Amino acid sequence: MEKNWMTLEFSAVSKNESFARMAVGVFFSQLNPTLEELADVKTAISEAVTNCVVHAYQQKGGTIRIDCVLEGDHMTVTVTDTGIGIPDVEKAMQPFFTTMPGEERSGMGFTVMQSFMDGLSVTTSPNEGTVVTMEKKVASQAAPTGDEAIFREGAVG
Amino acid sequence: MQVNTVKKGPVLVAKISGELDHHSIKVFKRQMDRLLKDAPEVEELQLDLGGLSFMDSSGIGAVLGWYKTMNKRRGRVTVKNMNRTVGKIFEMSGLFTVIDRVG
Repeated sequence: MEKNWMTLEFSAVSKNESFARMAVGVFFSQLNPTLEELADVKTAISEAVTNCVVHAYQQKGGTIRIDCVLEGDHMTVTVTDTGIGIPDVEKAMQPFFTTMPGEERSGMGFTVMQSFMDGLSVTTSPNEGTVVTMEKKVASQAAPTGDEAIFREGAVG
Repeated sequence: MQVNTVKKGPVLVAKISGELDHHSIKVFKRQMDRLLKDAPEVEELQLDLGGLSFMDSSGIGAVLGWYKTMNKRRGRVTVKNMNRTVGKIFEMSGLFTVIDRVG
């Protein structure tokens, strides 16, 4: 499959959490993922976008940008905000760590992203923002492209 | 996001459908908290997740909150009919150590 990309930019409000995961899910579907792989991606995007709304922008709004690139059998997705940044990434990534314990937040956002995706990296700087990059590989092979299909037919004949 | 409840003796069955995320959970939590408060005789809160098409980690905090409420009155929370992805989230957050699967 040739390289394909898309970029989304939207307001950091909680309503857009579902919009973002739907849009990325539909784009990712071009790789013919299984239903489970698709659900994994939607869940990870939901976590990343919720982090932007709740933590990066402290529910005061801002802009979230998502860049997706499809190449071969995988998607690279980058979620970028220009919020307050994460003071201690290592701590933020620990299961059950939350800066808002009183609000029944689970502290499992990064853990979910890590276990549902095939790669995760976080770059952050105070008051400049955070970039979360994730990879998802599809196990099932996509439908053969034109050339491969002809080659396969030839091999059989 | 929709909740339909049926009371079967001491069991309150909450059929949850739609998508559960940080946005939809606010209304949902308020609704469920009120239901539990209005029914102090309930001993088991049974969450029927058959119609739940999506849940992220926002659901964990809510479920733990209901567990605490039920635990205080010596009751319990159970779940049934969850899909695989929701099951994975329950699994990794350790919810199955305090919440039993039924049905």
